[in-house]
Amino acid sequence: MSAQAASPTGIGARIPRRELKRLLTGHGRYVDDIKLPRMLHVCFVRSPHPHARLVSLDVTEARRAAGVAAVFTAVEINPKCEPFVAVALNRPGHRSAPQPLMVTDRAVWQGQPVAIVVAASRAEAEDAAELVVAAWDPLPAVGDQLQAIASDAPAIHPEIADNIAFDFTLESGDPTKAFATADIVIEEELRFERQTAMTLETRGLIADYNLGDDSLTVIHAHQSPYQMQEIFSHHLNIPAHKVRVTAPDIGGAFGMKLNVYADEIATVVASMLLGQPVKFCVDRLESFVSDSHARDHVIKCRIAVKRTGEITAMEVDDLGAIGAYGMPMRFNVAEGMHLAGLTGAPYAFENYRARTRSLYVNKNLIGMYRGVGFPLACVVTELLTDLAADRLGIDTLEFKRRSYRPKSSLPCVTAGGQQLDSVSFHECLEKLARLMDYDALRREQAELRKHGIYRGIGIATFVEPTAHGPSGYGPTGAWVSSHDGCTLRLEPSGAIRCTTSITDQGQGTLTGVAQIIADSVGLSVEQISVSGGDGAVGPYGGGAWASRGAATGGEAALRAGRKLKQNILALASAITQTSPDQLSIVDGEVINTRTQQPVISLAEIGRIGYFRPDTLPPDFEVQLSVTASFVANDKMYFMGNGVQASYVEVDTETGFITMLGQWAVDDCGRIINPLLVDEQVRGGIVQGIGAVLFEECVYSDDANLLNGTLADYLVPMASEMPDIFVDHVETPERSTQLGAKGVGEGGLIGAMGSVWVAVNDALKPLGAKVRHQPFTPERVLDALARARKEAAE
Amino acid sequence: MKARNFRYIRPASLQEAYRILAGSDGEAVALAGGQSLLATLNLRLSAPKLLVDISELKELVDQSCANGHVRLGAFTRHRQLLESELVKKHVPLLSRAATHIGHVAIRNRGTLGGSLAYADPAAELPACAVALGATIEIGGPDGKRDVLAEHFFKGLFETDLRHGELILGVRFPVQQEDTRIGFAELARRHGDFPLVGLTAVATLQRDSIRKARLVYFGPVDRARVAQSVSSAIEGLTLPLNPSASFELEIEKDLAAEDAAGLRADTKLRLATVLTRRVLNSLSGAADS
Amino acid sequence: MTESNNALLGEEEVVIETILNGRPLKHRAKARQHLADFLRHEIELTGTHLGCEHGICGACTVLIDGRTARGCLTLAAQASGRRVDTIEGLTVSGKLAELQEEFFARNAAQCGFCSSGMLLTAYELVSSEATLSRAEIREYISGNMCRCTGYHAIVDAVEAIMARRRRS
Repeated sequence: MSAQAASPTGIGARIPRRELKRLLTGHGRYVDDIKLPRMLHVCFVRSPHPHARLVSLDVTEARRAAGVAAVFTAVEINPKCEPFVAVALNRPGHRSAPQPLMVTDRAVWQGQPVAIVVAASRAEAEDAAELVVAAWDPLPAVGDQLQAIASDAPAIHPEIADNIAFDFTLESGDPTKAFATADIVIEEELRFERQTAMTLETRGLIADYNLGDDSLTVIHAHQSPYQMQEIFSHHLNIPAHKVRVTAPDIGGAFGMKLNVYADEIATVVASMLLGQPVKFCVDRLESFVSDSHARDHVIKCRIAVKRTGEITAMEVDDLGAIGAYGMPMRFNVAEGMHLAGLTGAPYAFENYRARTRSLYVNKNLIGMYRGVGFPLACVVTELLTDLAADRLGIDTLEFKRRSYRPKSSLPCVTAGGQQLDSVSFHECLEKLARLMDYDALRREQAELRKHGIYRGIGIATFVEPTAHGPSGYGPTGAWVSSHDGCTLRLEPSGAIRCTTSITDQGQGTLTGVAQIIADSVGLSVEQISVSGGDGAVGPYGGGAWASRGAATGGEAALRAGRKLKQNILALASAITQTSPDQLSIVDGEVINTRTQQPVISLAEIGRIGYFRPDTLPPDFEVQLSVTASFVANDKMYFMGNGVQASYVEVDTETGFITMLGQWAVDDCGRIINPLLVDEQVRGGIVQGIGAVLFEECVYSDDANLLNGTLADYLVPMASEMPDIFVDHVETPERSTQLGAKGVGEGGLIGAMGSVWVAVNDALKPLGAKVRHQPFTPERVLDALARARKEAAE
Repeated sequence: MKARNFRYIRPASLQEAYRILAGSDGEAVALAGGQSLLATLNLRLSAPKLLVDISELKELVDQSCANGHVRLGAFTRHRQLLESELVKKHVPLLSRAATHIGHVAIRNRGTLGGSLAYADPAAELPACAVALGATIEIGGPDGKRDVLAEHFFKGLFETDLRHGELILGVRFPVQQEDTRIGFAELARRHGDFPLVGLTAVATLQRDSIRKARLVYFGPVDRARVAQSVSSAIEGLTLPLNPSASFELEIEKDLAAEDAAGLRADTKLRLATVLTRRVLNSLSGAADS
Repeated sequence: MTESNNALLGEEEVVIETILNGRPLKHRAKARQHLADFLRHEIELTGTHLGCEHGICGACTVLIDGRTARGCLTLAAQASGRRVDTIEGLTVSGKLAELQEEFFARNAAQCGFCSSGMLLTAYELVSSEATLSRAEIREYISGNMCRCTGYHAIVDAVEAIMARRRRS
């Protein structure tokens, strides 16, 4: 059910995003577009080795180079910053070594900053960087989780002898017994290679420390100015109210621009030391060795099924290679934890065990990236259930129909400890089957198989926890707020100015907020301006993370809108001597609900309220500026769900995979703007397809990155991507007035699952199993060769 | 990544260009389309002291037909290979290959001469030049000379160009009635450098291969005729017998090495599949 | 034989004379500065973006003599004597209006970072007056990386314009 829009540009309206008027005309304002007077430019010298002792470092010649203002090393930079020890307070046993900003005597990942060159231009900074002389003594590098966990593995950090950051197990029911007594057990080992988010705009910031009043302003391509305000304040010892972090237009973030980066903080320190604005824009080459990475898991998993088709148990055992340090504020054990919590969620079974170990390796830090472990849970769950269905001779769609949790079982808590209430598995599945014409595709698949053409269909169900509440980060001790707010101000002109604590990197949340205000107050979005991203202005909040913009920021906007409407009507009542319960606001005018006639315009309200309160009763309080906040104190998250399907063809001679089609049915609760939601889903889907088919950070055996350019790291381009068909189910969130859930990550989560299943479905007749992502032609050919060998034996 | 410092000059005449290039002790490079050169400069992979912009030299611009050959000047942009009626009609292999060169913006700038001089073993045009039996016209301070394409490519990114010389143009034999061409590449994404590519020029008598020149690109050290395979298929009838395999010959003709994520044996397997597909789809037209 | 004195040949700083967005421009630039950096930093036309500086992503696409080119793979010096058009100029002249409207209506942009390059490539395509299939449109824009939209809405936008032109 779609909400009836109170305004034609309100909730549910399919209107374009106003920000595009700037962005489509070359009027975006990204960090690198911004110039400040006397601004300097930064280039880093980085460790070329994944693990090495820094024997000597000589910056004398670099300091003398043309255009250079300074070259700083650990000597100048590190003492200015409290070291980071990125562990969660509520996770006993979570360990990390302290992370310095710059390498002191030992580099532990390839790309770790060693020296910062500050010069009049980036080109001159790069010239000078070449003059820095660093002598290294390479040490054995631990390259992956299997190496890291071996009993004879060298310890990357002496204080963490076994390289384990965190070892977590959860268990419910009796999985040991369930597996022992199962009719069918399917066991798999899945590998997910390391990825990088590859935002088109790289990271960047301009740090401007004012020596006059010891205040810091940072223009930062970051999803949470609030988090960074806390970081700069606590770690650089600047009072928080003298720190202002603002986010300009950002060219893609996807969670990567949510993390805490040593090189960014070092840039701020450089500005403090020099008393001038300092700009750091990561260049593409260094982005590969400095941006936080994602995925990098080896997962053993299994499912126990009865002959009747009932799932009785699931188990996962995960090893994640999280890099050389914990990720401050965001904790890179999250991927493993989410895998552990979310595996199997759409299906009811009582017996479950999940173990996740996060291992330190001599690689770049893992951080937040779209989906954060939920895609892994989706792949594990949907691959295993698809294989189970196949083993039982049941069509996979039919198996899901029979096995999904019915609506009557909700709300419930899953075996992994997750709360499900307003989810809609069956509804989404039936809608998907119609959308893609499932039966027709199966018939086509069968027919083509007779001619040696191998096509596959993959269905993947997913749950998407979004807009996490304070119980997520709160107990960890991280300065990450789940609290969002909205300030509305009626202008004397009758327009509304809004400041929100949520931020927008292209997803359209600011337009969504405008639509919510349009509805809750009663005017057109054309009369509303929304700004976000300035940490010093408006309510404190969380920015953009875990797809919270519509769910929490929208809820705050809704409440603020209703409050403002109330205050406007109170003033209208005082002016017109009409009772407020006979008044409403439609299209920018206060109307009499009995006569449906306009009574007074918002502009007139503004004029009188701001300039002529002398005409009002003496005790009447004009309140035309309101703030409302929202946080769901006791709620873990807002759980969305959906199901996706992929139709693929595998060229069994070359191993190349062609995407023929992709369909998605998504339930994100109440949809604020279907146009924006559809495009979020599509964008996420292409990142999911990219993950399964293309994206991989390739390392040598000794942990050197081999493909650190855009020519070699394969991001999907238009030719390889299919048309993507999206539809929706709307099961409103019950705990808020707005009813919206998040939707930013579901596209990626479901697509990873559906493509994994589809490719393996295509190869079922040949007995080939692809279990190593990305599915490169070589991995597909190897799988086919293994199958032929097994068949011959 | 910003390029290192260099000087820039745009000579107005060929003689001036030769003089500058010859006298520079290897510190000067010719700048044609710049699509390969400027990427390497931005990545700081090379450090020439002087860039010699040859875009103003009218002598390098030509599209003509004479004596059974199409002559294209060195400064023919890749885009023109797709647009030129002369090329589409008389050297259709070039038009077919050009659709695979990078992307539109690259093709608008990149040049034939630049591609041949750069001699990337993964590039399409050097392979096509060799397969077609083209002749490369070279000019320099010591005068002009012709080199057959198959003798021009000497090694990895290495050509017969001497110090101070420039490619002036290339002569391609006009396609004959009994000529059949084939072109295919296996690339992860459209426009990427291929994992393996193959261009073939053959003369057929009815369905039988009389003579063939196959040239692989990708897992090779330079563009050259794949002699073993080309000989092995002579006399065979198309379409090929499904069990026909030229793996041993292909292995001799390639210089396939193990790379991370792509072993030599995989490259060989892909080349084998590609060979069969290209041979079974040889045609006379530009875009079939 | 004259002594080689190429150390003095050529210039480290060049004077660019170009027609930029329809107007004559004369400006100095370092020889090593690529066209995209020249436009962004010397002329302060920041609508052209940098995504990789090695010619893969297409964010830096401009028009040179009316054809798309990667601004990062062109020296500013090479633009001397040529016509250069950027997103800003093509917007002011109205040449991109139809495409911008279609992109706007379909949300064929999110973060906007690829949009300048994508629009210029799409402009070159629709200017050719050809009618292409969706697969061919995808191939044409396959040199412009978008990380946000998944390309579907962009293809829709171009297809709609081609269909409209075919009808009229």
